[in-house]
Amino acid sequence: MNLGFDIVELGPADHPEAGEKAPDFTRPLVNDEYWADASLSELTDDGPVILVFHPMDGDFPSTYIWQEIDDRDWDDYDASVVGLSISSPYEHSRFLEEWDVEQYRLFSDPQNGVAEEYGIVHELDGMEGIAEPRPAVFVIDGDRTIEFAWVATDWPEFPPYDDIESAIEGL
Amino acid sequence: MSEPAITLYRLQACPFCERVVRVLNDLDLEYESRFVEARHSRRDAVKRLTGARTVPAIVDDNTGITMSESANIVEYLQATYGDGATDATRVTASAASGGDDE
Repeated sequence: MNLGFDIVELGPADHPEAGEKAPDFTRPLVNDEYWADASLSELTDDGPVILVFHPMDGDFPSTYIWQEIDDRDWDDYDASVVGLSISSPYEHSRFLEEWDVEQYRLFSDPQNGVAEEYGIVHELDGMEGIAEPRPAVFVIDGDRTIEFAWVATDWPEFPPYDDIESAIEGL
Repeated sequence: MSEPAITLYRLQACPFCERVVRVLNDLDLEYESRFVEARHSRRDAVKRLTGARTVPAIVDDNTGITMSESANIVEYLQATYGDGATDATRVTASAASGGDDE
């Protein structure tokens, strides 16, 4: 795609690939009404999980990603569709409501430890002391095995939604 | 992994909620914390449960009891799970009375 300007190359990330076990973690999982600690393995025990790492809730990248997911009705899949960013539970709750995507839930990880686990830490240029996950999507089956992994290598870069949908439909 | 029978709806740094947490810990009870926000208008989950937007509120699947007001909750927990636990239904009768919780 020729955008007429340069995008930043992030280079390769050392993240778990398809076929590997998704690292487990526990963080507050936020819906539009409350939050409670939840683990990835709790979710996979109930079936497949689409884990969407996204930038902070405040600006356009997260909005674009969740609007697109909502437009594509990913909540119709027999899978838990969950996000994760460094935003606090309060921000997550407001975000779900503000953008009318209350059918999804978001993990809150202000210290970015899950991104470290997944090898996808993104240090933000010009925001000293703040790191967040690279945009990334993992399609994880009920055994917590990764079936599909996508991690951004440019900044900004958005998920390959069609490929992810194929992976979900192939579960 | 089995879910704890007791669910506590709480606010961050709410003294009445912390009081209930202390009692839950003292009695060595497993529970799940669900955090809601301070603004009453954002507490519909609690309202649906207890009919009021006050926290703390608990749900105890062991007894089928749902209640709010920290004093009542503490009394209920001690009566049900404390030394010399008595009949839990006696305490529930007073659960509708007022209190100063958030």
